[in-house]
Amino acid sequence: MGISVEEVRKVAMLARLLLDDEELQAMSEQLTKILDYMELLRRVETSNVEPLAHPLELVSVFRPDQLAASLPREQALACAPRHDGQCYLVPAVLGEL
Amino acid sequence: MNQPYEIVIGLEVHVQLLTESKLFCGCSTKFGAPPNTQTCPVCIGMPGVLPVMNRKAFELALKTALALNCEIARFTKWDRKNYYYPDLPKGYQISQYDLPLSRNGYLEIRDPSTGSCRRVRIIRVHLEEDAGKSMHDEVAGKADSRIDLNRAGTPLLEIVTRPDIRSPAEAKLFLTELKLLLNYLEVSDCNMQEGSLRVDANINLHVTTPEGVVPTPIVEVKNMNSFRAVERALSYEAARQYAEFLETGKRLGEVPKQTRGWDEDAQITREQRTKEESSDYRYFPDPDLVPVITSEAELQAIRTSVGELPAALRSRLESTWGITAYDSEVLVHQGRAFVDYFEQLARVCGDGKLAANWMQQDIARVLNDQEITIEQFRLSADQLGELLRMIPERRLDTRRAREVFNKMLETRQTTAELVAQMGSVELDDRQIEDICRRLLAENPKTVSDIKSGKIKAVGGLVGQAKKINPNVDPARVRELCLRLIEEMD
Amino acid sequence: MSRLLELSAVELAELFRQGELSSSEIVDSFLEQARRWDGTVGAFLQLDAEQCRAQAAAVDEKRRRGEKLGPLAGVPIAIKDILCTAGTPTTCASRMLGNFVPPYDATVICRLREADAVLFGKTNLDEFAMGGSTETSAFKLTRNPWDLDRVPGGSSGGSAACVAARMVPLALGTDTGGSIRQPAALCGVAGLKPTYGRVSRFGLIAYASSLDQIGPLARCVEDLALSLEIIAGHDPRDSTSYPGEVPPYRTLCKQPLEKLRIGIIPEQLEQIDPAISQAIREAAKVFQELGAEFREVSLPHSEYAVACYYIIAPSEASSNLARYDGVHYGYRTDERQMAERLAEERRLASAGKSPEEPDPPLVRLFRQTRSEGFGPEVKRRIMLGTYALSAGYYQAYYLHAARVRRLIRQDYDQAFSQVDVLLGPVTPTPAFRIGERIQDPLAMYLFDLFTVGANLAGICGLALPCGFTADGLPIGLQLQGPPFSEPRLLQLGYWYQQRTDWHRRVPPRLRSESSPAGVSSNR
Repeated sequence: MGISVEEVRKVAMLARLLLDDEELQAMSEQLTKILDYMELLRRVETSNVEPLAHPLELVSVFRPDQLAASLPREQALACAPRHDGQCYLVPAVLGEL
Repeated sequence: MNQPYEIVIGLEVHVQLLTESKLFCGCSTKFGAPPNTQTCPVCIGMPGVLPVMNRKAFELALKTALALNCEIARFTKWDRKNYYYPDLPKGYQISQYDLPLSRNGYLEIRDPSTGSCRRVRIIRVHLEEDAGKSMHDEVAGKADSRIDLNRAGTPLLEIVTRPDIRSPAEAKLFLTELKLLLNYLEVSDCNMQEGSLRVDANINLHVTTPEGVVPTPIVEVKNMNSFRAVERALSYEAARQYAEFLETGKRLGEVPKQTRGWDEDAQITREQRTKEESSDYRYFPDPDLVPVITSEAELQAIRTSVGELPAALRSRLESTWGITAYDSEVLVHQGRAFVDYFEQLARVCGDGKLAANWMQQDIARVLNDQEITIEQFRLSADQLGELLRMIPERRLDTRRAREVFNKMLETRQTTAELVAQMGSVELDDRQIEDICRRLLAENPKTVSDIKSGKIKAVGGLVGQAKKINPNVDPARVRELCLRLIEEMD
Repeated sequence: MSRLLELSAVELAELFRQGELSSSEIVDSFLEQARRWDGTVGAFLQLDAEQCRAQAAAVDEKRRRGEKLGPLAGVPIAIKDILCTAGTPTTCASRMLGNFVPPYDATVICRLREADAVLFGKTNLDEFAMGGSTETSAFKLTRNPWDLDRVPGGSSGGSAACVAARMVPLALGTDTGGSIRQPAALCGVAGLKPTYGRVSRFGLIAYASSLDQIGPLARCVEDLALSLEIIAGHDPRDSTSYPGEVPPYRTLCKQPLEKLRIGIIPEQLEQIDPAISQAIREAAKVFQELGAEFREVSLPHSEYAVACYYIIAPSEASSNLARYDGVHYGYRTDERQMAERLAEERRLASAGKSPEEPDPPLVRLFRQTRSEGFGPEVKRRIMLGTYALSAGYYQAYYLHAARVRRLIRQDYDQAFSQVDVLLGPVTPTPAFRIGERIQDPLAMYLFDLFTVGANLAGICGLALPCGFTADGLPIGLQLQGPPFSEPRLLQLGYWYQQRTDWHRRVPPRLRSESSPAGVSSNR
């Protein structure tokens, strides 16, 4: 089962990656090869198998509702590419994305 | 107005839970702090950090679900909802997808004008984290948006109803009842201005046409900032959909689902653009969190903590204190502390109806004037009860009681002191007899009128007696005067 | 080469405690070795000599004042640059985090500091730990000290290489699909992947959260035991951290061996380089002499492990790496250039010359930032994972793989009901040449055949040097045990090393006194 350049383009948008035509082509070929290999898994019958999401099957882990120190704002913003001393800055957000 | 359609509404409500700290970290959830002062590596989603769930948030969620008559899942887990937005620092929201903590509940709403009850069914109640805030100053026309992450990671409850609501007014009624319930549970303050309660609505029409009932396309309405806005937006939207239906004839399924935003200034809804791929959230179990298993014992403990809820409270007040449905509605709406005050007041004064009237008139007025809550009210229910008790005991009339009440608010004196000081103390038989004898001596004309059968003339004596001492019981004065005149013979 | 460089961490700690050596002497020796060799090997992304010396001086001072000393007092340990160190850049060998300085320490770093260890530089890795050769690092090429034309393995290639090159006695790595065991095997050192949950992941920059584990690399098994004892244990900041007690690994590993049943999977030895299967058979004899009893077992679903892993790991990665969008930290594309490019695209679109509508600026900011910040392998895995989770493919890929994962776990449970541990290879071949496989992602993925199973099942695995090929390349063996059987793996490893000296062999080049010339240290 392959993945076409068009599909790769859609997935790239979903993943917020920007690939040029050459990269799209290469990605389509590589992913097709990898997905072909994954076809191996179709041989395994799993309809009665519970999926395993966590290897260590712990449950009900909580923390108490207690306040802890927040980061000083300068320190939080220090890592940011662009800020105005109060907020992170990004190009205008207009409606839904 | 008789419209040829039925309105069908389902609501999706998000409420902030009243915890001290955020859902996955120890930052404060308090509203109103300067931007980005309540964040830490965990809620900023910095590389390498991990979430650990707040126990109180989970318990509050369970408590709410129980109060909404939901089935509680013994096994629940958290999933990642993946999408990109600058106020969503991890690039995913931790939410619940296929195994929410509860499902299949309902909330009963009562129309206060007709008294009729309806059940709005709840599809699910689940726990998730809030995003931050994006701010854009459109007036200034700036090219930048500013991101504040103080709210990111605040615990949110998502409550989704079935499309059981049949009018914008009913939507408002549902929200009012839900808010009241959440206040009683002490799980949320439901302050819409501060964003601690947010509502989206799905609405369409079932139009009766010659070919049968036709559903119109479903529209999701957002940006409604008050219950009143919800009512108006939905009314607007129903009318708009009907007009559109008449114009285009488009029915459910023929156009993609639309999202519209309520414009409060213009009082209209406007279409919002959405990307077709935006709904592919790629949910999968969050590997950083473990599932929660709730035991029967834990559930029982939470059930016990739920306490008496508004609907049950109303009927109990009605049966215990003999008050009307209207009265119970008003009292319960004011919150648990108000009801507790009322019940103590009723107990001390011995008259539920009287206490209910005073709560709704005199006390409500004072609270309103002074902009205070019942907890801040300076008279205790016991003090006030002592005063009100004198009314049915006929030791004070309502007018006098009100005077004493006002005096009590100004001074720190007790009921007994004030009643004594204002001469409002009950007179004993001896004192009344003295007054009567004096009046009979001073009014020989009246006495002879009465003797000749004009019993009505005794009213003049009663009036004079009240002038001498405002506390005299008119009935006793009347009775005593007549007896004394009879004895004169 | 200084004799001191040959000592184990345990020995160095002991000599320091007895006052035979100062931490400054120890650290200076290793700094000197790094100065001579790291230009060639390229193991470190950052190594701040002054910072190392300051830590050494501080612990020397502590000893002078007679204060209580931690179990790793005075001993240098290298840290894979995927573990957050407060105030020191932590890059994941990615342009995306090239300038990221975390304001917090990973839990393991806190524990090492409490143990009075000297944090000795940040080591190179495959970008975000995605790779098996350290070639996907955005910053640097790391070479295998045994053959400078070959890869050190990966993704903890820098950690394995610096231990092999005696630049440090001990290092931390992370293992998501073999990233500790595989480079350890290719570089001729020992490496332990602990049971999932044994070591806190807080501060480990996630690649695939349900598979990632931090573990130590060293030449001696006793060093692995000592360092695991320090870094293991429950952490309230990690919900997936195991609440059980930490056993005294260092004491336990030296306990005499009781009768053990070791499982071997015959098919595994047939599909690999004959030199490796030969070395494993030789190692089996040593274990037999130590009193072990061998039994043949099978893992019926092991042939699906690589396919299963390369669905689950990229799926989690696609979500874990969504946070790198250039808003709150890390790299952001040049906004001015971006705006110009967008304006040009909009012009073309409105003139009808472009079929596509240009992105809104914010979407473009995300896409361009991510495309410039991530390298090709990271993008490939993000794409693969996004696809596996997307509508219409979730059931067929992610969910199906999660089910196969349970079958793989059940295979191990079944095997461990018959034997105490499994013995087998770490890799199908020894270290390959630099550049040989980088163009063939699938070939690279298949190299993980013997290691991904332990991560999928969440069990523990130990890689030990067990011989050399005719070309002098190291060979590793792997012991896998049920969850929390680290004491047993370490015990077997300890006694194996008492009988063998593979771990004491020194890469031939390091034995020559002068530094090599003619090899470029950077790409």
